Amino acid sequence: MLEIKDLHASVQGTEILKGLNLTVKPGEVHAIMGPNGSGKSTLSYVLAGREGYEVTGGRIIYCGEDLTDLEPEERAAKGVFLAFQYPVEIPGVPNSTFLNEAVNSVRRYRGEEELDKIQFVKMLRAKTKELGMSDEMLKRAVNVGFSGGEKKRNEVLQMAVLEPKLAILDETDSGLDIDALKIVADGVNAMRSPERSALVITHYQRLLDYIVPDKVHVLAQGRIQKTGGKELALELEKSGYADFKGEAA
Amino acid sequence: MAATAETVEQVKSIAGEKYKYGFVTDIESDKAPKGLSEDIVRFISAKKNDPEWLLEWRLKAYRRWLEMPEPKWAKVDFPAINYQDYHYYSAPKQKGDGPKSLDEVDPQLLETYKKLGIPLHEQEMLAGVQNIAVDAVFDSVSVATTFRKQLEKVGVIFCPISEALERCPDLVRKYLGSVVPVADNKHACLNAAVFTDGSFVYIPPGVRCPMELSTYFRINEMNTGQFERTLIIADKGSYVSYLEGCTAPMRDENQLHAAVVELVALDDAEIKYSTVQNWYPGDENGKGGIYNFVTKRGACRGKNSKISWTQVETGSAITWKYPSCILQGDNSVGEFYSIAITNNAQQADTGTKMIHLGKNTRSKIISKGISAGKADQTYRGLVKISAKAEGARNYTQCDSLLIGDTCGAHTVPYIESKNKKAIIEHEATTSSISEDQLFYLRQRGISQENAVALVVNGFCRDVLQQLPMEFAVEAQKLVAISLEGSVG
Ligand SMILES: Nc1ncnc2c1ncn2[C@@H]1O[C@H](COP(=O)(O)OP(=O)(O)OP(=O)(O)O)[C@@H](O)[C@H]1O
Ligand SMILES: [Mg+2]
Repeated sequence: MLEIKDLHASVQGTEILKGLNLTVKPGEVHAIMGPNGSGKSTLSYVLAGREGYEVTGGRIIYCGEDLTDLEPEERAAKGVFLAFQYPVEIPGVPNSTFLNEAVNSVRRYRGEEELDKIQFVKMLRAKTKELGMSDEMLKRAVNVGFSGGEKKRNEVLQMAVLEPKLAILDETDSGLDIDALKIVADGVNAMRSPERSALVITHYQRLLDYIVPDKVHVLAQGRIQKTGGKELALELEKSGYADFKGEAA
Repeated sequence: MAATAETVEQVKSIAGEKYKYGFVTDIESDKAPKGLSEDIVRFISAKKNDPEWLLEWRLKAYRRWLEMPEPKWAKVDFPAINYQDYHYYSAPKQKGDGPKSLDEVDPQLLETYKKLGIPLHEQEMLAGVQNIAVDAVFDSVSVATTFRKQLEKVGVIFCPISEALERCPDLVRKYLGSVVPVADNKHACLNAAVFTDGSFVYIPPGVRCPMELSTYFRINEMNTGQFERTLIIADKGSYVSYLEGCTAPMRDENQLHAAVVELVALDDAEIKYSTVQNWYPGDENGKGGIYNFVTKRGACRGKNSKISWTQVETGSAITWKYPSCILQGDNSVGEFYSIAITNNAQQADTGTKMIHLGKNTRSKIISKGISAGKADQTYRGLVKISAKAEGARNYTQCDSLLIGDTCGAHTVPYIESKNKKAIIEHEATTSSISEDQLFYLRQRGISQENAVALVVNGFCRDVLQQLPMEFAVEAQKLVAISLEGSVG
């Protein structure tokens, strides 16, 4: 699904990712943990193709194809989804209008027929219900005036609607109450299938009780420093990242 | 900044080509010779079969015009206009008298309007769900008015103003120039001297006009000015919603458009006037395009009357336009909702005047300005409250959105209040489309152009919602096209 080889990436001339290697097979869920500022969000932006995040070395192979030269919208259409650590507000654009535009843009790109209003609304209602969200949130402008938790839930709704092949969740659990956390986890689990994979960036072992990962990685100093199973998250909970901080490459 | 820069680049590269209304209709026309003189005024008057008083009115206007200075206060820049270089009358040639019904309209003209997306055949309009009566003005004359019979049943008069002079001369004479005086400003004065056609609407007391009325303006001929004059009278307790759309072919010369619109609302009457202005804006270097110098004003003469202006201004090389309300009647309401988009080398100086004279008069101004490319635009507004206007209130909100860093937006609000108890609120913001927003939308699969369009449409939402449904959809597309070419 995803194969990252010796990835180097810079932001405004500063190298943040320094030879990162990561392989995610179809159907797998990987958790990425690591200290603040270690490059987790940077990795997610690089994967999504954000401008200003320059790949200076290495390769990102997604479904057999090098992503490096693709525009963000092309990657999205090919099934890469990023749930943002800080979701962005779009004043005046109703959430449902935005989702409709997104779904049909992706369908157009894939050469599929666009959903008409009725089909779309039906699909959207179903997803909203599954996630225990209110229809009222669909009418409001994208993320405007949403609470922190509502924004995160809105990210999960977008993911559910777009049904990505590779979902990257950047601290989607931060700021969620227990009930919301379960909803988010259910949302991710509902999408688990042999064809879909997920990268879950988190600071809290707690989330991984609900979304059980196949692998846990520690990202520090711009590299994957350690990889283990679910139990690694529990270890980190106790010992912190002290072991990884001095080991700059 | 990179993504925005790229958008701006894209805007620049497609701009000129994207004007899809830029075709020319090859049709024989009947024209006045170039230039302006008393003889030309008499020529036009004769062509229109004016009554004697109107000829006098025109001549008086012409003489005043000669002496009037060009208005200089707007923040727009263009070479002096050579008024002798325009034709002041141009009409598609027709055999014998004017068309009596649509069947007699030149098929080429019908084709033109079809290309513009304005179906003039009533059957076609009925086939679609639209229920809009259309008056189509081609260069200087009205070529077709639809749905007349249905309107006549309820007593609504909707026809070319030249025809109204025959059908209801007293009404025309009573109200013509009563809101915009002949010598209001140089452009309006020129219009009074040479106006050729435009629409006339009269809604009788207590009648709610059963359909949207609409006029579609098209300049086709080269070096032709268009000087239409619209007069709408809503008698006591009546209601009408009126829409106006405009396009012109792409031409390298600047064309002059100096229209006048007068609205009169009597007691308890309401007029909703919407404009989607998409005159040819010129190419990306500012060559060609329409000079849109328009005077629009409404008088809320009666108590509890209401006039609301909604405009979507995307076209024209230069826009100079301040649809205004004179709130004479007690409890009358004036509203102005505006979206102005300038791209490339376009310039716009637009806004409104709300003149509060009556008691408890209220006005609301919502202006959304979007600037891209090297364009420059100014919101210029006046809120004036007279001493007698007890309980007057105004709320003004001006928001500017900048795309790229080579464009400009300015807000010039004037407030003159002679009544200490009046409540006047003013809010203004300036923002730009952020990288974060664009990346967020693109990450969801939305192309850069559509992402910009979405953000801009969101920015304009409060105003778009004021438009009648059919127009709102068109306007949204137009917002996208004009920036897509600039935004999506
Ligand atoms: N635009 C930028 N300009 C300069 N430095 C940047 C920029 N963006 C990120 N960085 C730096 O890159 C490093 C990695 O940031 P990143 O956001 O990827 O960390 P993170 O692992 O997601 O941290 P957190 O857990 O706090 O979310 C940080 O030191 C940050 O300051
Ligand atoms: Mg982060």
